[in-house]
Amino acid sequence: MTVLPVAELENLRVQAEQDLAQVTDDAALEAWRIRYLSRGQGRITAAVEALRSIAADQRREYGQAVNALKRAVEEQFTARREALARRRIEDTVQRGRIDVTLPGRPKPLGRLHPTTQTLRDMIAAFQELGFNVAEGPEVEWDWYNFSKLRIPPDHPARDMWDTFWVDVEHEGERPMLLRTHTSPNQIRVMERQEPPVRVLVPGRCYRFEATDATHEWMLTQVELLAVDEGISLADLKGTLDHFAKRMFGPDRQVMLHHSYFPFVEPGVEVAVDCFLCRGDGCRTCKGSGWIEILGAGMVHPEALEGVGYDSRRYTGFAAGIGVERIAMLRHGIDDIREFYRNDIRFLEQF
Amino acid sequence: MKVPLKWLAEYVPLTLPVESLARKLTLGAAEVEEIIRTGAWDEKVRVGHVLHVEPHPNADRLRLVTVDLGDRRQRVVCGAPNVATGQRIAFGEEGARLISGKTGESMVLKAAPVRGIVSAGMVLSERELGLSEAHEGILVLPPDAPIGTPLRDYLGETVLNMAAWSNRPDLFSIIGVAREIAALTGAHVREPSIDYPTYGAPADARIRVTIDDPELCPRYTAMLIDHVQVGPSPAWMQERLAAAGMRPINNVVDITNYVMLEYGQPLHAFDATKIGGNQIVVRRARPDERLTTLDGEDRELTAGMLVIADASRPVALAGVMGGLESEVSEQTASVLLESATFYGASVRRTAARLRMRSEASMRFEKGLPPELAPVAARRAVQLLAELAGGQPAPGMVDAYPNPHAPVTFIASAERLHRVLGIDIPAGRALEVLRALGFEVEWQPPDSYAVSVPYWRPDVRIADDIAEELIRIVGYDDLPSTTVHGRTPQAIPQPARDLRERVKDILVEAGMHEIQTYALVSLEQLQRVQPAEELALTPPLRVANPMSAERELLRTSSRGSALEILARNLRVQRGEVALFETSVTYQRREGDLPEERETLTAVIGGRRLDRWGQPSDEPVDFFDAKGYAEALFAHLHLRPSWEVTEEHGLLPGRTAAIRLGGQDVGVIGQVHPDTAAQFDIDSDCLLFEVRMDLLLQHLHTGRDYQPYSTVPAVQQDLAVIVDAATPAHAVRAVILAGKFVTSVRLFDEYRGPGVPEGRKSLAFAVAFQDRERTLTEDEVSGSRRRIIARLERELGAALR
Ligand SMILES: [Zn+2]
Repeated sequence: MTVLPVAELENLRVQAEQDLAQVTDDAALEAWRIRYLSRGQGRITAAVEALRSIAADQRREYGQAVNALKRAVEEQFTARREALARRRIEDTVQRGRIDVTLPGRPKPLGRLHPTTQTLRDMIAAFQELGFNVAEGPEVEWDWYNFSKLRIPPDHPARDMWDTFWVDVEHEGERPMLLRTHTSPNQIRVMERQEPPVRVLVPGRCYRFEATDATHEWMLTQVELLAVDEGISLADLKGTLDHFAKRMFGPDRQVMLHHSYFPFVEPGVEVAVDCFLCRGDGCRTCKGSGWIEILGAGMVHPEALEGVGYDSRRYTGFAAGIGVERIAMLRHGIDDIREFYRNDIRFLEQF
Repeated sequence: MKVPLKWLAEYVPLTLPVESLARKLTLGAAEVEEIIRTGAWDEKVRVGHVLHVEPHPNADRLRLVTVDLGDRRQRVVCGAPNVATGQRIAFGEEGARLISGKTGESMVLKAAPVRGIVSAGMVLSERELGLSEAHEGILVLPPDAPIGTPLRDYLGETVLNMAAWSNRPDLFSIIGVAREIAALTGAHVREPSIDYPTYGAPADARIRVTIDDPELCPRYTAMLIDHVQVGPSPAWMQERLAAAGMRPINNVVDITNYVMLEYGQPLHAFDATKIGGNQIVVRRARPDERLTTLDGEDRELTAGMLVIADASRPVALAGVMGGLESEVSEQTASVLLESATFYGASVRRTAARLRMRSEASMRFEKGLPPELAPVAARRAVQLLAELAGGQPAPGMVDAYPNPHAPVTFIASAERLHRVLGIDIPAGRALEVLRALGFEVEWQPPDSYAVSVPYWRPDVRIADDIAEELIRIVGYDDLPSTTVHGRTPQAIPQPARDLRERVKDILVEAGMHEIQTYALVSLEQLQRVQPAEELALTPPLRVANPMSAERELLRTSSRGSALEILARNLRVQRGEVALFETSVTYQRREGDLPEERETLTAVIGGRRLDRWGQPSDEPVDFFDAKGYAEALFAHLHLRPSWEVTEEHGLLPGRTAAIRLGGQDVGVIGQVHPDTAAQFDIDSDCLLFEVRMDLLLQHLHTGRDYQPYSTVPAVQQDLAVIVDAATPAHAVRAVILAGKFVTSVRLFDEYRGPGVPEGRKSLAFAVAFQDRERTLTEDEVSGSRRRIIARLERELGAALR
């Protein structure tokens, strides 16, 4: 091993520093490191290792000099490395500028059908008041759809629900139909369980009627039913008031007025104050300042007795709400037929 | 029901503006659907008197007419051929708003010279008044029309078009509406007082009435009126009938219609001489009996139809229509007047079967009270005596086998409060009920003793009284309270939970949810379902479809989804990915159909490029499978995909989706022939999953497994296998290897370097132990055994 005189160490330092000054990228820096500082090949490493073979009397002086050299060069190496890194980032900032207004890589975007969206909001509003979801069949018996709801055969109230009958005959009658409302599920739910009942029944309904911008033969409805001791018309009003506020805004108010459905007594129609004109009168509220949103009432005691409930002890309320109608009001949709056209230009707006 | 206000005002004072009245009725009684105004003329249209008519000096066909308007006279030019001295006419002064006789447009009348003579005003035709299209001559008013009065006060009419509830036959009468107004406004009803002289032998000595079927006819009253002179009814009656929407015919028929509108009780007038054997029998039709009805139709009667018969044959269809032969004609002198109560459901059924629903049948079907029959009969007899010269025979033949007792019951204040949630003070309650015609007394400590007026057959229980009170008092004072009390039983809804989850997953994956019609055509089903299947379990049919397009309860939703896909592909340029969760209806003998919850997804169009623009690449099988895999991965399910064939899908590009050995769905490219039937000419894909089956495979209550923090050894493994060997078979062998925790396929390759008929599959394999780092020997040992098994079982070779 060659031992450099102390004076030579100074030449080594100058040379290393000159070489380092030439380094402009990471590869050159690594080559420089190998040449001077690596184990085995590095010239400064070798100079440090030479200390072992130096005579004892010279060792102290040489040792101080070579360690000083190593420290100084290492410091310069670190400084150089950091300077290079900083320059690389600066280069990126300078040369690698991108146009941030370019679009991102597109991810596919789907939408829930607006009926689903409104239905979910409706369900959420009632779930806040402790109602559970229950579902039932779309194809129903006349018995549940009408008779059990106090609408016997040949009753004029049947005119309120134009009906699709299923072509299945039994003893000269057609007992099967496409349910005209979700109300048959009031009966089905009450037959299954004892009070307290607090359910909401979403589902498809069918009406035998010609379609136009405001009429569809297939529609979605939510039925509401609560039966327990001490349930009153005031509770119905409060429940629907909450619903109206959740669907149409916290300032909304509901108004009840007289109506008739054979399975409730008293029967009411429920309107919400017009959120478009705020009562001044517009096309949507037909100038009245109120928009009809649903029919409801107190469950008729005979309907309760029909499922074996004690109507002296229990009272209840029921309501039926058209989901598409609520969606149309919320979104300003003026043609109900769009819901089944399923044009993406329609669907993607919700 | 059309309720002319002038007629209504005879029974109740109308103190409110019509809009307020209509609103009150809508809120508390029944909806006023429309306020119809005829003759909304301004005050410049008045009744005039023609003083003289003289020729126009410059025109043969025009005349100069001098009109007296009470406060002044005006000379105008008139071209109408029928104008004559002494007439009362409708006169439009300068500035009156009218309808142009020439154009039909609204116009304002201006003074203008006509052939040299200035004419300020006009004698008006019906067309100019907007009453009809008649423009040949002027409108001639009755001679008692008050000169100078605004025409709207004399001729104008406001009519409320009212809806009526099917349990309220009383709202199908003007007096019934008057009673509601009285209760709503605090007024009193004035019913007509009925009185008339009688002549000759009593009716029951001249005619006999027998009811064979008291269930279908609880009451039948007959009265006889002689020396009737059939002719037109008076103008005021004709006007009222016309305003209420009925055509005047002759005085006898008009009186029966008038009383029907007034009281709600349909009446029928027979020519008494045409009633054989002087007897009326109310019975069911006999086999093979026929009747020619008033409309001239010869009708075959079926057993069960209730008829009015004389001694030998039917003379009317009870409650539906009279017979032609016994009709009142100009020769009729003696009238037998029927006022009866028929069972509503029976009338409704007969009218529906014969397609003869009428004003009368509509009233009967709502269930008229028997007490009404004699009241209406006597009112009609009074009018026949006053207006048609009739001489009523004394008395009434009244067959009423089982007389009704008035409905009475006790309604407790506690029950009323229980239903309404508020107390209505007793004083107010008594006032409201009495105004509605109830006899009611307060019975301390807390009850009302109620006697229901006969015209309110809908009221039978305390809850009905609650409604009567709240609808008149109004709902505004009801507080908004909330349901409270015991917590209701929870109802698990696993099917619904899964459905909503599936929707969220697919929407998040980029698909649009659609909702389609449940009724479809046979043709549409045939495109997506094999004929054998449709023959084996034929779809349920709707008995009264609106069109052949919407006739069957669908047994598959694929057709509907493809229709919507086709519609969107016509306007969208990129990928269209749609899904629906719906039910299909599977026929079951003697039961409601099974409503089988199904997910149907369709994908078509072209993939989008980096810029979101449609690329040249059409979507393919693996786009569809990507959506399906996203669904299953979200649900923590790992289905297998097995080659299969399916009606309407392309062989070789169709797979059964299998979970735990059960087919839960299918995925594939829609057969181009099938696609073409839906007008789709590009590649499109479909997948369908039976949600009911999927539900059975869902993991419930998954247990958490702590994840391993020991580093995994990642190795690539590429093997060459037969082109026909499914990748998942290779994957399954690798996954079964010791220490293997995950296997992902990252390349499939055929071409140079791989023998013909074979393919290379490259997998990224992770080896890992839960407890410790694996040694190189352990990993290479496992890898060796995997390769050996691949060679042995699948004929694979390491690449
Ligand atoms: Zn409005």
